[in-house]
Amino acid sequence: MTAPSSPAPLATDKPRFDLLAFARKHRTILFLLLLVAVFGVANERFLTARNALNILSEVSIYGIIAVGMTFVILIGGIDVAVGSLLAFASIAAAYVVTAVVGDGPATWLIALLVSTLIGLAGGYVQGKAVTWLHVPAFVVTLGGMTVWRGATLLLNDGGPISGFNDAYRWWGSGEILFLPVPVVIFALVAAAGHLALRYTRYGRQVYAVGGNAEAARLSGVNVDFITTSVYAIIGALAGLSGFLLSARLGSAEAVAGTGYELRVIASVVIGGASLTGGSGGVGGTVLGALLIGVLSNGLVMLHVTSYVQQVVIGLIIVAAVAFDHYARTHKA
Amino acid sequence: MTLLDVSQVSKSFPGVRALDQVDLVVGVGEVHALLGENGAGKSTLIKILSAAHAADAGTVTFAGQVLDPRDAPLRRQQLGIATIYQEFNLFPELSVAENMYLGREPRRLGLVDWSRLRADAQALLNDLGLPLNPDAPVRGLTVAEQQMVEIAKAMTLNARLIIMDEPTAALSGREVDRLHAIIAGLKARSVSVIYVSHRLGEVKAMCDRYTVMRDGRFVASGDVADVEVADMVRLMVGRHVEFERRTRRRPPGAVVLKVEGVTPAAPRLSAPGYLRQVSFAARGGEIVGLAGLVGAGRTDLARLIFGADPIAAGRVLVDDKPLSLRSPRDAIQAGIMLVPEDRKQQGCFLDHSIRRNLSLPSLKALSALGQWVDERAERDLVETYRQKLRIKMADAETAIGKLSGGNQQKVLLGRAMALTPKVLIVDEPTRGIDIGAKAEVHQVLSDLADLGVAVVVISSELAEVMAVSDRIVVFREGVIVADLDAQTATEEGLMAHMATGTDRVAAPDMERLTA
Repeated sequence: MTAPSSPAPLATDKPRFDLLAFARKHRTILFLLLLVAVFGVANERFLTARNALNILSEVSIYGIIAVGMTFVILIGGIDVAVGSLLAFASIAAAYVVTAVVGDGPATWLIALLVSTLIGLAGGYVQGKAVTWLHVPAFVVTLGGMTVWRGATLLLNDGGPISGFNDAYRWWGSGEILFLPVPVVIFALVAAAGHLALRYTRYGRQVYAVGGNAEAARLSGVNVDFITTSVYAIIGALAGLSGFLLSARLGSAEAVAGTGYELRVIASVVIGGASLTGGSGGVGGTVLGALLIGVLSNGLVMLHVTSYVQQVVIGLIIVAAVAFDHYARTHKA
Repeated sequence: MTLLDVSQVSKSFPGVRALDQVDLVVGVGEVHALLGENGAGKSTLIKILSAAHAADAGTVTFAGQVLDPRDAPLRRQQLGIATIYQEFNLFPELSVAENMYLGREPRRLGLVDWSRLRADAQALLNDLGLPLNPDAPVRGLTVAEQQMVEIAKAMTLNARLIIMDEPTAALSGREVDRLHAIIAGLKARSVSVIYVSHRLGEVKAMCDRYTVMRDGRFVASGDVADVEVADMVRLMVGRHVEFERRTRRRPPGAVVLKVEGVTPAAPRLSAPGYLRQVSFAARGGEIVGLAGLVGAGRTDLARLIFGADPIAAGRVLVDDKPLSLRSPRDAIQAGIMLVPEDRKQQGCFLDHSIRRNLSLPSLKALSALGQWVDERAERDLVETYRQKLRIKMADAETAIGKLSGGNQQKVLLGRAMALTPKVLIVDEPTRGIDIGAKAEVHQVLSDLADLGVAVVVISSELAEVMAVSDRIVVFREGVIVADLDAQTATEEGLMAHMATGTDRVAAPDMERLTA
């Protein structure tokens, strides 16, 4: 039908460089580099090792939870209770070590275990509510968000718990080689999450449930188990993160983790995961978490108030998803 | 007087010629039966009339006016053509009256005039003799009552032609009688009805004229009074694309799959044809074809055997061992595998790679400690089935959604075969795939049976059931009505079992049909 002189490219042309596809594939890292360059030019203190470590420490606390959120979003789920569960687990752990155990060389170990296990149990309960009671995950975790926060306030009448020894505080402010401990933990968690999703049968099943739950069930995947397990995983990671945060601040606070659900979900979404499930990965999430960290830090250095930061981060989340949709529907 | 004149209408979809120069003439106040097997093109024709599809060629004249093929469906409704599909188009949370006038509510000062809406609805329902409460929410109505709402809705638009797609498939005997009374009422008001049904007894009892379609073509048309049920069966079946018949290479072995009195826990109450205490068996090395109309219960049975739906009574045995089926995992462990009917919704992970799609249920065997996936072994597995099934693909990392339907089906067959099941159930193995791929799939199933697998094939294409099966089990309205040797079965005989439950069909009178 087309005239031979038509300038339209033939389908059989050798693949040309597709800028849109390239930009889409690497959009998070491109945007991250752009931000680093802009902030680096704008403020000479931004591009320093000290500031880089500062950003990484900040990112690590919610980045650990974002690794878990990757699993949850991969199955097509959501968890908005993570901030509250973090607070509850950390304050419960602090309560146990200060009021029950007292001071000792291994208080950090008890706190670490208690905090992580409470998070695990809390997440497991939420996962069971999703699979047994067939309540949508958003509703379950919205309820959980209030329940855990309320329980946190009940536990110590809303006050903080402090008085940790040096071994405990090392987990928040110590260093391994030259890296802050939370950064090392984040790296380990991210690596483990990546390996699990990329190389294990469990990871394949997580992708399968999010890709098509009915097809997964008919392929012999235990969909309920996978669903419950991802909520348990993110719960455990929220507990771990809560322990690290209390160690870093020197106290477990009832308001800790407020608003984390947004940062954590934003990290995963900006990292390219689909909210309908089945696509995404830990690599993207880590970049997404870094991007938010760089943005917050850079804006602070430019003396932009935290109110404006919230506006900017919100707009970027929407823009990232809009761009993703645009690139998906406009590919050659 | 002619109301609708469909002339030489054709419609193609990629790779398929759905309609080929079809004619259909319906008079004013006439109840016209549109007959044909599954896949004969009836649905496509209905969709062209309701403007859900646009015809490629030919003309449709309605009430003396040539219709524009690019009309929106709403325009056709305004012209007076209403279509009632098997899946109703109602809003369950709204009342009967609201559904009837949805989007066309009488208004007063810009707001809905509720009292008039209610009064108008009540008046029309009385007029049509429909025993419905206009305030009742549709959610609580029976299927038959919902159908009445659809008819009433059509009449609010002053429909002159109502197309009913299998209106009695989900109705009980008494409800069928009531529907027929309603249709007689419509007829008295000079409303025409196109009645699509496989229940030929009903057609004989209440339709004026008939048109038979086969393989997308017009076959015959005439007065119902002039033909017997057997004649209609004969016209519907006719000659088909021939498939090569399976030749069995070994005698059937021991019974592998035994189903005893299986009844589902949650019968689909809307359908009277739900399964009731079904029993059958399949031997190793044998292909059992399950024939029946859509909705006869074959897919429901497959899902029960596979543990996908809960069983209330009865049991499933593999190698004489009764199974405890709580989920498909239990069935897979016992050596049963299902290739489901709906490739896209139930089979494929469309965005995921061919490799991931094919290996998913076999991963345990491919993984160190049952978890660490050995990707080299996985690639080998995919390569094995690529060769064995001749799957055409660029490479194993391509998303399965990018393959043709036939190649997708081969990947799903590969997925099932990789588990080396003792029992393989394939539901509609070749739906929507091209003819060459169909023959290849048939060969694959035949080879599997020759390896000793008990293969169960569900197909709505009679020619396919006859070509691939060694034995044919016929379902009608939730029960098995016949168990036949495929070598001696005929399409006429099968169709008669499927549609009327008896094979006592008199020899057709060909002279009268061709006259």
